[in-house]
Amino acid sequence: MNSPRVLQLFAAGVNCDRELAFAWSEAGATVEQVHIRKLIQMPEKLRECDVFSIPGGFTYGDDLGAGKILAMEVERFLGDELLALHDRGGSIFGTCNGFQILVKAGLLPGVDGVEASLTWNRTHRFECRWTRLRVEKGASKHLPEGSILPAPSAHAEGRLVLANPSKALVTLQEAGCIAFTYADDSGSPTTEYPACPNGSLEAIAGLSSPSGRILGLMPHPERNLSPLHLPDRGAGEWGTGGEGLDFFRAFLAPYTLQKQGLNAH
Amino acid sequence: MANGAWRIELELEEGRHDPVGLAARDALRERGMELASDIRSIRGFLLPSHLDEEAVLRAAHKLFSDSVTETATILAPGQTPENGASRLMVRRHPGVADPEGQSATRALALLDIPLRADESVETYRAFRLKDNSSPTDFLQRGGRALANLVIESATLGTEPLDLHSTQEARQSERKEIPLLNQTDSGLESISREMSLALTVDEMKAIQSFFQEENREPTDVELETLAQTWSEHCKHKTLTGPVDLFVDGELQRSYSNLLKETVFAATTKLSPEWCWSVFKDNAGVIELTPETGIAIKVETHNHPSALDPYGGAGTGIGGVIRDILGTGLGARPFAATDVFCVGESDIQRSDLPPGTMHPDRILDGVIAGVRDYGNRMGIPTVSGTVIRHPGYVANPLVFAGCVGEIPKDCVEKAAQPGDAIVAIGGRTGRDGVHGATFSSEALHEESETLDAAAVQIGDPITEKKVLDVLILARDQKLFTALTDCGAGGFSSAVGEMGEECGAEVELAHAPLKYAGLAYWEVWISEAQERMVLGVPPSKLADFEALCADHDVEVVTLGHFTDTQRLRLTWHGQEVCNLPMDFLHGGVPQPVRKAEANTPPTNPTPWPEHQELGELLLQALAHPSIASKEWVVRQYDHEVQGGTVVKPYQGANGHGPGDGTVLKPNLTRPEGVALGCGIAPRISELDPWAGAACAIDEAIRNVVAAGGTPHRTAILDNFCWGDCRKPDRFGSLVLAAEACHDSALAFGAPFISGKDSLNNEYRVDGVEHPIPPTLLCTAIAPVFDCERSTTTPLKCAGNALILVGWTSPNGGGTVASDLLGLPDSSAPRPDLEMAPALFDAMHAAIEAGSVESCHDLCEGGLAVAGAEMAMGSKLGARLEISKVPSDPNVPPIARLFSETPSRFLCEVKPENVSDFLSFFRGMACEPIGEVTSEPQLEVFLESSSLFAVSTQSILQANLSQ
Repeated sequence: MNSPRVLQLFAAGVNCDRELAFAWSEAGATVEQVHIRKLIQMPEKLRECDVFSIPGGFTYGDDLGAGKILAMEVERFLGDELLALHDRGGSIFGTCNGFQILVKAGLLPGVDGVEASLTWNRTHRFECRWTRLRVEKGASKHLPEGSILPAPSAHAEGRLVLANPSKALVTLQEAGCIAFTYADDSGSPTTEYPACPNGSLEAIAGLSSPSGRILGLMPHPERNLSPLHLPDRGAGEWGTGGEGLDFFRAFLAPYTLQKQGLNAH
Repeated sequence: MANGAWRIELELEEGRHDPVGLAARDALRERGMELASDIRSIRGFLLPSHLDEEAVLRAAHKLFSDSVTETATILAPGQTPENGASRLMVRRHPGVADPEGQSATRALALLDIPLRADESVETYRAFRLKDNSSPTDFLQRGGRALANLVIESATLGTEPLDLHSTQEARQSERKEIPLLNQTDSGLESISREMSLALTVDEMKAIQSFFQEENREPTDVELETLAQTWSEHCKHKTLTGPVDLFVDGELQRSYSNLLKETVFAATTKLSPEWCWSVFKDNAGVIELTPETGIAIKVETHNHPSALDPYGGAGTGIGGVIRDILGTGLGARPFAATDVFCVGESDIQRSDLPPGTMHPDRILDGVIAGVRDYGNRMGIPTVSGTVIRHPGYVANPLVFAGCVGEIPKDCVEKAAQPGDAIVAIGGRTGRDGVHGATFSSEALHEESETLDAAAVQIGDPITEKKVLDVLILARDQKLFTALTDCGAGGFSSAVGEMGEECGAEVELAHAPLKYAGLAYWEVWISEAQERMVLGVPPSKLADFEALCADHDVEVVTLGHFTDTQRLRLTWHGQEVCNLPMDFLHGGVPQPVRKAEANTPPTNPTPWPEHQELGELLLQALAHPSIASKEWVVRQYDHEVQGGTVVKPYQGANGHGPGDGTVLKPNLTRPEGVALGCGIAPRISELDPWAGAACAIDEAIRNVVAAGGTPHRTAILDNFCWGDCRKPDRFGSLVLAAEACHDSALAFGAPFISGKDSLNNEYRVDGVEHPIPPTLLCTAIAPVFDCERSTTTPLKCAGNALILVGWTSPNGGGTVASDLLGLPDSSAPRPDLEMAPALFDAMHAAIEAGSVESCHDLCEGGLAVAGAEMAMGSKLGARLEISKVPSDPNVPPIARLFSETPSRFLCEVKPENVSDFLSFFRGMACEPIGEVTSEPQLEVFLESSSLFAVSTQSILQANLSQ
């Protein structure tokens, strides 16, 4: 096997599994999808992968809060294996509901003294619209800091909130855990609707762990794989199309290199 | 039962933004309640009283509350909150589904807090008033504003809350209904008392059947016949004989209206690319030689009038199951919705008793589709909202779904000996008599009497069913499949076993709660259930797969070779009917239909009119005003295949025509979806209204890049009570238009659905809705790179108008805005239009079209404005060049709604290529794209008006 291995979680209510698996495989990975019930029975399956991926959806109907119940299962049954995966250099990725799960399971931001949650958009509405994501420090391993990744947002509970926000925010910034912010059409972070669809604190759209290898975001880079995906068909306002694919390739790059290196030996 | 229950109440920390509380305050203010301060919303949970305090605390903090944003209050059993009088508590009636409570019940196990098998957590909502408003006033007004009293109750916080007690197990014993010696009036009263909705003639047919059998029927036999023979399931009116009178003269007699109109066109066309028409849950057409596309559009009107949220949600849930249950299962990848509601400006005091305000209905149905469709992960992409006073008391909710299916899974047949297996949701009393209810008119008391007809959706249960069915299909674990829709098990098993026979033990069905009578089990319309035929050799594998996905599965019985339907209840026979009587025994009365010749007088277009002002008014007209605020609530991009979006362009404000979706991301093919509906034209001229709707649907898909000669269409007739000849007359004319148009376009109908009792009775007067035909079109796009969008692309490009403009303005938006008297309505030219659509498609395929928008409501003026809306550009139009008779006045050139027209943007170097596709047809360059963001219209080179793109957007987004 010379391609990175992605293990993708499936559960009742996961519904962005097809496009996320497609994005990983277009970016060069081998993807295996596994149901949470099976993974609870054999969490050691996580030892076979480079990346653990959690797609979007409404797991368990988002009852009791978005991603809450699956987050409890992940924390209780997979917590140790996930930490082991991270510690041996693997990555954990979540988009939309996957991000909500990573946050509510305590895997993001994973910084002492910072408690985060994702709650209802300020409009109290589900919002599906294209957004511009500014790459911040937490994602700068993968894409140049300050560059723009256009991607659709589609969620109702995407507003990032922090306990003791002013102190926690400083800690987050110092640890380099802010991965993406919502930006206006000049590329500057904004909390203004609709460029920021949810009113998130400091326009935060995604977080990473201090290592950068646990990464989650509300928007869907897996829905920007080609110019056909763009709302303006590549007229320029939303970039050239396919920036999401660039992101997935970059995210896999260390593992791709590793596998190729191994192959060469 | 112990006294009271533990209560966990969660409130956002003071100072945190509380959108639910804000919305509640707005709703109360709208009802005239003065509020000095805010309202805070509360999420509440009831837990059994036997739990110890430590467990409840742990549940509150680890499971129920968001520790960052919320504070939890725990109330011991029997305790009420401080200041209870300032709280309004809203909770479900007993027996109304509570999916979140079910999830909470299961999640408690994660904290090692086990509940007994018969126990569950219940959820409720509460609103805390922060000022000293009168509690009784709060209760009275708040109850109506904040709760749906059909399914919920509202109480003050001073009253203690307890878990709903489980219902007393009622003995259900075999019961016969004495029918053999009844007179006509006796038969009529049995039908009424049992809510069978059967006519005297139908009851007599049943009576004579049992006279021959020499026995009395059981209750469940009558219920089964009533379900199977209901208008909802049997479409008796459309498939029965009818005499059509026009202006009092008999014009034509039909022995089966549908067969001689809609089906006849399909039969005459019979293209090879139609894989399944009118026989399954959905029609199926070919996309590739290996893959078909299944599509179905349903109506869910009466439940949505009573509970817009639940009604629309279960409507979309139901049509998704139709797709899942097509052949051996299609995988849904798109959903559509169309809503028809009253106008926004009606005062609450002018509403008929027992009806909700149209805005509240609309908000509810949108939320219902949103919450169900989004949870299912199916992009809701196509649709519209129609506003018309005729829908105030009887709104219409259309929900459609599209799926992909492998060719070898299109056919199915249950085999004798196969197990009859039910999966998914449990059976409760929900929706008992839904099929017969939907076949009757709404009335003032519907609100209180028919609560059981309302169902609550549980999309995650359905999502699990979807996941497991597609896996089981691919492993070939079953031979037949259908959904439990109207009539529940009765129609599902009845349809699947029609050719062979079936035997079912009703006591095997898993129930939501004890106490259902056996006939209720049989006809319950509880949601999220599917029925399969599973060969005995595959049963263990199938059950194991279901267990892996946490899907409940049970064997109810088996298919037989007896051609009879036999039901038992704890072993005792309660039903034994021959399939041929069940499916073929319904008598067909000859109906009469009456219509008048539509107006033929020319439209009196006014001479002096501020045309720019009229354009802005048209853009703000309820039928044209942007629906982007609706579409943005739907995850219309989930599955990653939405390549032509409902709203387009850099700013996302440009309305599209059709949408295009790729079912398979690894392949180039997609499908284009479009819809057409023209009730204002149908009121004047039913043939024209139907033909215009069909033309619009096909035009939509062609404009987006769909292939016209591979387009299939669907019909949804929503009419008043067609037992009344004046209602039925317009339907017969519309059915004729369906036949004529389908044949002309070579676009066969492949599926359809009717809803023919859309009337509202108040003070003894019955009000029908406007005649409403929704046409949905679907067409392959063989290379999605060639799909087209509407926003202008580049200054300097030419704008070319395709199609002939006639001055007929009856039923148009301009005619409505100007208050013009009735006049002749637009009609498609069925000789010209098909060739024009083919040419349009050829031009798109050749790559000579930069953008394309069909002309619809508001005509050329609105189409031009809409193309500018999604861009930062503008346009100049010279309307003297519009292809039409020379004497057509400027206002008609701009606002006429003649069908079969497109406005195309073409690069200057491609203009002659483009025109070459349209030789001999009406097609003329009429302007160009400008970098100045405004729409300027000229007549003979002198400017008539100019409107900035900004003010166009403002007018269109103002609603």
